[in-house]
Amino acid sequence: MKVNAYRFVVIGIRKVWREMLGQIREINRRYATPHIKTTRMVTVCLMVLRCYLILLVGILIYKFISLLR
Amino acid sequence: MSFWATLYYHGRRLFKAIKLYLILAGPGIIVMVADNDAGGITTYAATGAKYGYHLLWFLILLGPVAYYVQEMTVRLGAVTKRGHAEAIFYAFGSFWGWFSLLDLIFTDWLTLMTEFIGMTAALRIFGVPSWVTVLVVTAMMTAMVLQGRYWTWEKIALLFCGVNLIYIPGAVLVDPPIHEVLYGSFVPHFPPGGFSNELFFMLMANIGTTIAPWMLFFQQSAVVDKGMQEKDIALGRLDTAFGSLFTVVVAAFCVILTGTLLKGVDINDAATAAVELMGINKHLGTLLAIGLFDAGFLGAICISLASSWAFGEVLGWAHSLNNKVGEAPWFYGLYLLLLASAGTVTLIPGAPLVLITLFVQVIAVTLLPAALVFLILLLNNEESMGRHRNNLTQNVVNISIVAVIIILSTLYGFSLLFPSTFGN
Repeated sequence: MKVNAYRFVVIGIRKVWREMLGQIREINRRYATPHIKTTRMVTVCLMVLRCYLILLVGILIYKFISLLR
Repeated sequence: MSFWATLYYHGRRLFKAIKLYLILAGPGIIVMVADNDAGGITTYAATGAKYGYHLLWFLILLGPVAYYVQEMTVRLGAVTKRGHAEAIFYAFGSFWGWFSLLDLIFTDWLTLMTEFIGMTAALRIFGVPSWVTVLVVTAMMTAMVLQGRYWTWEKIALLFCGVNLIYIPGAVLVDPPIHEVLYGSFVPHFPPGGFSNELFFMLMANIGTTIAPWMLFFQQSAVVDKGMQEKDIALGRLDTAFGSLFTVVVAAFCVILTGTLLKGVDINDAATAAVELMGINKHLGTLLAIGLFDAGFLGAICISLASSWAFGEVLGWAHSLNNKVGEAPWFYGLYLLLLASAGTVTLIPGAPLVLITLFVQVIAVTLLPAALVFLILLLNNEESMGRHRNNLTQNVVNISIVAVIIILSTLYGFSLLFPSTFGN
């Protein structure tokens, strides 16, 4: 009885997980191509944004590590 | 046409326009008033207590700033019929889409906690235990959305927006010196002592409470859920303008209230301000506590809805407040889960609530620049926006505002992370 309940839960979790992954893959497929017209302004803005976020995440990680120390 | 006939004609036209406005009003006012959330009220109370009326002019300046940023979401929602999250996925692809969505839900969840912290602190003043507040508030917020009509939800939310005006009678009761208030409101100047790191920190905190990432997501989704069309943009703008006026008035009166009675008192949160005010005048303390609760309540419903709408749009769930529970179980489920989990965390004894509040502000800094840049780019996309895309004037104003917000919010984030660098 206990084993059956355990299997039921595990199968349930696996099913939900698989469905979720499938849904995420479907979303990634649907939005794989950006639809905005790639002008120079768009390219530059996205590049600057990437650099900004990398810098910010780097600083957050540094702060986190220095707090742990 | 006779004079009376002309008067009747114009009167009828005005009446019809007001009627139409009242039908379309909502998202702009709600988002702007909810912007004065528990964190916002704390910032205003601290600003008043620290600098009196000297920064009122700065708060007034923030009104147009909030209007210009939020007005873009009205156009974007009405033209594309997409919520902000979906619009980002569609325009910039899944990488930026997931980044925005996950950052939004994380920031929103943490911000929700600060709303619960505010609400429980406010009601604790009246002797209500925290767990009762969390339970009742979550039940109330759930009941608000479960009735199955956007219109009804909006009107109830507008009622709570009205309660936010409680600071006006409060400030009038303390009889502030009018000439000083007017000077502080309309003559830009720095407080005695000049520009300092502490003042800079306070100015940035005020900016941080005026523009938040969830506001962009909320208003655009609300515009779409309400079914606003391109022809409604003008009234949507008016709604947003009223909202920004509303938010500035509430903020200013809150500052006047604490600036008159608590000048020089060190205020760390609005609940402390309410308790201090109780010692001076019981009724005023009560007003501030009610206002704080209302601010947290409005903030919480809007923030949890912004997240649920965003996830619904992207994951393809039914995600309208016009849907019944059975039709949109995931949408309502996520809404409830966010509220219940955030509320529960604040009840954990010894939970690092101050750290959470600080963390919210830092994390919001990572999302805000991205959301604002996306907004500007989307509004310049001629293919989707057509004649409603930003014109030159709008671009100059909006890009300037966005650039200043990004620089200041980044500095704010840095000052929170490295307080010693900023002399705090």
